[in-house]
Amino acid sequence: MGLLSDPNRRRALITLLTRLNAPICVVCYMAGVAWFMGLAFEPFTLRTYMSENAMGSTMVEERFPAGERALATGREFAARKRKAGGMPVDWLVKTMQDRGLEVFTQRFSRTLPFPDENKERYMVKGTNVYGILRAPRAPRTEALVLSAPCSPGDNNNQAVGLLLGLVQYFRNQIYWAKDIIFLVNEHDLIGMQAWLEGYHHTNTTGMDWSPLQGRGGSIQAALSLELSSDVVTSLDLVLEGLNGQLPNLDLANLFYAFCQKIGVLCTIQGKLQRNDWDSVSGYSHAVQTMMLMVMKQASGRPWGDHGLFLRYHIEAATIKGINSFRQYKTDATTIGRLLEGMYRKLNNLLERLHQSYFFYLMPSLSHFVSIGYYMPAFGLLAAILFMRALDLWVQLTAPPPPEDGVAHIKQSSPGVLSVLTPLVISHVTGVALYALPVHFQEVAVEHFPVSETEAVVLTAIAVYTAGLALPHNTHRLLSGEGTEQGWRVLKLVAVLYLAVLLGCTAVINFSLGFILALTLVPIAAFVTPHVPKVLSAFILVLLSPACTLLFSVFFFQELQEMPVSFQEGWMLFLSVISQGILDHSLYGSLVYPLIALLIYPCWLLFWNILFWN
Amino acid sequence: MAACTYCSAALLVILSSLSLIILLNAQETTQIPSNPDLPVNTEAESPNTAPETPVEQEKQWEPTEVTESTPEEEDAPVAAESAPPPGTTASSAGSHSKEDFQEELVIRPLHSGDIYASFQFRTLWETDFKKGNKVSHYGLFPKSLGQVISKFSVRELHISFTQGYWRTMQWGQPFLPAPPGAELWVWFQDTVTDVDDTWKELTNVLSGIFCASLNFIDSTNTVQPSASFKPLGIGNVTDHRFLRYATLPREIVCTENLTPWKKLLPCGSKAGLAVLMKSEKLFHSSFHSEAVHIRPVCGNHQCTTTSWELRQTLDVVFDLHTSGQGKRGEMLRPLLHAERYVAGYGLQTGEIHTLMYNQHPYRSFPVLLLDSVPWYLRLYIHTLTVTSKSKENKPSYIHYQPSKDRIRPHLLEMLVQLPPNSVTEVTVQFERALLKWTEYTPDPNHGFYVGSSVVSSLVPSIVAMDTNNTQDRPLFSSFFPTKEESSYFIRVYTEPLLVNLPTPDFSMPYNVICLTCTVVAVGYGSLYNLLTRNFQIEEPSPGLAKRLANVIRKLRGVPPL
Repeated sequence: MGLLSDPNRRRALITLLTRLNAPICVVCYMAGVAWFMGLAFEPFTLRTYMSENAMGSTMVEERFPAGERALATGREFAARKRKAGGMPVDWLVKTMQDRGLEVFTQRFSRTLPFPDENKERYMVKGTNVYGILRAPRAPRTEALVLSAPCSPGDNNNQAVGLLLGLVQYFRNQIYWAKDIIFLVNEHDLIGMQAWLEGYHHTNTTGMDWSPLQGRGGSIQAALSLELSSDVVTSLDLVLEGLNGQLPNLDLANLFYAFCQKIGVLCTIQGKLQRNDWDSVSGYSHAVQTMMLMVMKQASGRPWGDHGLFLRYHIEAATIKGINSFRQYKTDATTIGRLLEGMYRKLNNLLERLHQSYFFYLMPSLSHFVSIGYYMPAFGLLAAILFMRALDLWVQLTAPPPPEDGVAHIKQSSPGVLSVLTPLVISHVTGVALYALPVHFQEVAVEHFPVSETEAVVLTAIAVYTAGLALPHNTHRLLSGEGTEQGWRVLKLVAVLYLAVLLGCTAVINFSLGFILALTLVPIAAFVTPHVPKVLSAFILVLLSPACTLLFSVFFFQELQEMPVSFQEGWMLFLSVISQGILDHSLYGSLVYPLIALLIYPCWLLFWNILFWN
Repeated sequence: MAACTYCSAALLVILSSLSLIILLNAQETTQIPSNPDLPVNTEAESPNTAPETPVEQEKQWEPTEVTESTPEEEDAPVAAESAPPPGTTASSAGSHSKEDFQEELVIRPLHSGDIYASFQFRTLWETDFKKGNKVSHYGLFPKSLGQVISKFSVRELHISFTQGYWRTMQWGQPFLPAPPGAELWVWFQDTVTDVDDTWKELTNVLSGIFCASLNFIDSTNTVQPSASFKPLGIGNVTDHRFLRYATLPREIVCTENLTPWKKLLPCGSKAGLAVLMKSEKLFHSSFHSEAVHIRPVCGNHQCTTTSWELRQTLDVVFDLHTSGQGKRGEMLRPLLHAERYVAGYGLQTGEIHTLMYNQHPYRSFPVLLLDSVPWYLRLYIHTLTVTSKSKENKPSYIHYQPSKDRIRPHLLEMLVQLPPNSVTEVTVQFERALLKWTEYTPDPNHGFYVGSSVVSSLVPSIVAMDTNNTQDRPLFSSFFPTKEESSYFIRVYTEPLLVNLPTPDFSMPYNVICLTCTVVAVGYGSLYNLLTRNFQIEEPSPGLAKRLANVIRKLRGVPPL
């Protein structure tokens, strides 16, 4: 640190950094992207391994025999469901009771802020049914959860059937050390949210639910089962939860280990893993898998019913049965044995899953990238912001004529105001973007021929666009003329603000932070009032958060090998916005408020700088 | 072992007809001669030919069959011929003390289809452990416990080891409630000067006797309840300075606790009902609880003499579902039950909810709630709320002793009136403390236990359970004193809690220490240096001529160059 304490050497270093600022920034950006793309290259990743000793060497035998009977139960459930036109509560209660559980129900109701057109629901009323298998001689301090959703139509009947089959089998075993809670939740995530809020007696989203009558202590782990066919070709593991939270990697390892042991094809992001990592197609396959995970994590949505458990520090994952056209089929007995094995190992846990990673990306089910490997990619992008900030700082302080000190102070004192005003204006716009769409939907519906959902989305887009046209050169009213000093101070503030925002986001949700950094960092690096206005404005809009979202929608469809036309993509884009707002109000997802209240205002500051003069 | 086979046969009969309640009321009579170690002066009582109907509040069941172990008498040549009526004691015993032993097994089919077996063994000994009276001749009474009583001046001792949780909603009330883990409460004689020291020694001794981790009882988990635990024997000292209460919710009960417990019986597990206690069966169950209760009781009806009563109880619930005989029904509605859970998420704060249900249709009754919470959950007592039927329910008595870090736990006792047919919810918020790194258990991510709350109450009932007259009734019906005819005593324990505390990552201490030290030393140190140092441009050191000139100028009194 003598380097910084010595004024001469410090000056030399700073001169070097300012002179080579632009090339260094470009190199950093390229290096960041290259690093990120390299993460999917198999030799750079680690093989997954079981860290938890309690689940590693203890062998368990799987003996679940009754897959066919479980499917029959599933068919009976389907018939009852059709007859009841929804959740067959009484039948489920009776069935679970007959199989020896303590059964409880929970009613809940929720009015959505606006109708959800994807799932066609607005006023949601439902009942969760759950039964607790009490572990013999355990004092109700620990529990495991197995859940299956009661979905509309013919979906997931087999999942409920298998759940009930496992109830019957598990009840007759004596080795349980933790209570096992079997939950059938209605209205998928809304029911799950109600149940979890009821279980932990919190209310974060303003839902109405009846208090739970039975509990099993602190929940250690949970699995959610989705199964819609009698046989499956592969099982897909879904990890991404609310706000990009992930369960402990050991849960994924456990699933993978049992798939290997029992001989079930397993996928992540719907993609099988391939062995030809050294070929181009093999590498691009891994990149696709990892990018899918990044996109899903960045969305901040729960991608399965398990996603809501993670807030309560309960390790959870969703297991989805997939029936494609492959030859090799797996029957319900085998899936039952897989679940039995997983639960027996979870039952052996002495502590919560904590040994393995909580922050990781998976280019395949057998390989992972830990936080120590992926963070440098973001660090390289964030370094650009600090380089630019240093450059601006030097420019602001470099020519300090000592006799001109008085004039300098005079010059900078309107600077404070000229910085503060755009900050306030852009944040007010952000608040409007956050609050107006939901609150003004009625007005919008009255005046325009649109549905509520469209009204919300269109209001959001309108506010977003209107933000661009706001009076941004307020400093001219205040100081008469936009000064060089003024925009530099504003840009310095904006760059540092962005650095802090992205840094915090990346620590919590790497994918979101990285995607935002990819688009926002170039803006922050190049925008000045002196660049060509029209071209720069175009680039700025292209790299704005909304357009990033639009591109992401197309990119995501491309990754899933379901490319869409522009028209469909646009419709998807609109529904993604409405889903984002719904996720925020229903489950407390933080992506929408983050974008609206912080990222978008920050972007507006750069927009402001472009039109400084 | 004829008795054993007979009893097993009886058991089989019972199991096949589940609706029956069987009372095995075997007096310590026939087995004695087969065990030469035992003194012959144990009393011989005639078996109860027709024990009275055990009075149970709901009268769901009645003993319809009584099996005695009397057939054994034919095989035992030295069977005691004297058969005095119950309650009187054979005078052939030594003149200095009278001893009496009774044992009993109640098997009861539970509402849920499970089978509840409750063993009770009662030893009565008319002796005096107090006043320096050295007791050295032990008959039926176990010497190890007798020495404990006299050495530590114990007036009452209650200890229980329980594996599992009593499911009140399915099983109704147990004869003797006990919380999961180990529970120990002791009343000392008022002659004890340093109760804390005595308590500490006592727990260590008991730890040895029962082969349990009772030595982990220290001041951080011991409390002195002011009202919840009253002496159950005779005597009128109720100054709670002489009471100590502690639970170890994490204690795991297994055969190593059962063996010393069985050794306290006069014949160990060689004779009597204890021959039925096969470990592999007892621990293959849904609930297992063994207990020892020692208290002074009246020696006769006029209460002119004092006897010591040692009750050993063993409660087991067998799960019949696995054998396909279980039946399912809806939940019971016991008059009083309680449950508890931790609300909230995150590792900073939380809220303890205790729910108490009064399901009496029209009577309200008061309950005493006792909560002992470890110090590392910092209770915010100002957030304490008690609500019944969504209205505030002000407790008429609150005794709160705040915790001291690393010294003593929180103690919260309150008297709450439960309205009829209602749920009363007691909530209190807490903050999770960050422990010192050596204070974490070896498995910190498992969580930390908070012992069960205790709800004690006199519950109104149509049929009173008269427990004063313990001589003529089956043992299971009597333990707690009753004050009014129309109500009886119930104690209910909630489930213990498992609470996660903020836990450092212990898996990589070396990395963490290295990284932290580096960050602190390099990053913080030099940044601090940069921020606080005052930079000045140093003048190049002047030449010799200039320095000389300055000296001269200084002498002349003009400013230096």
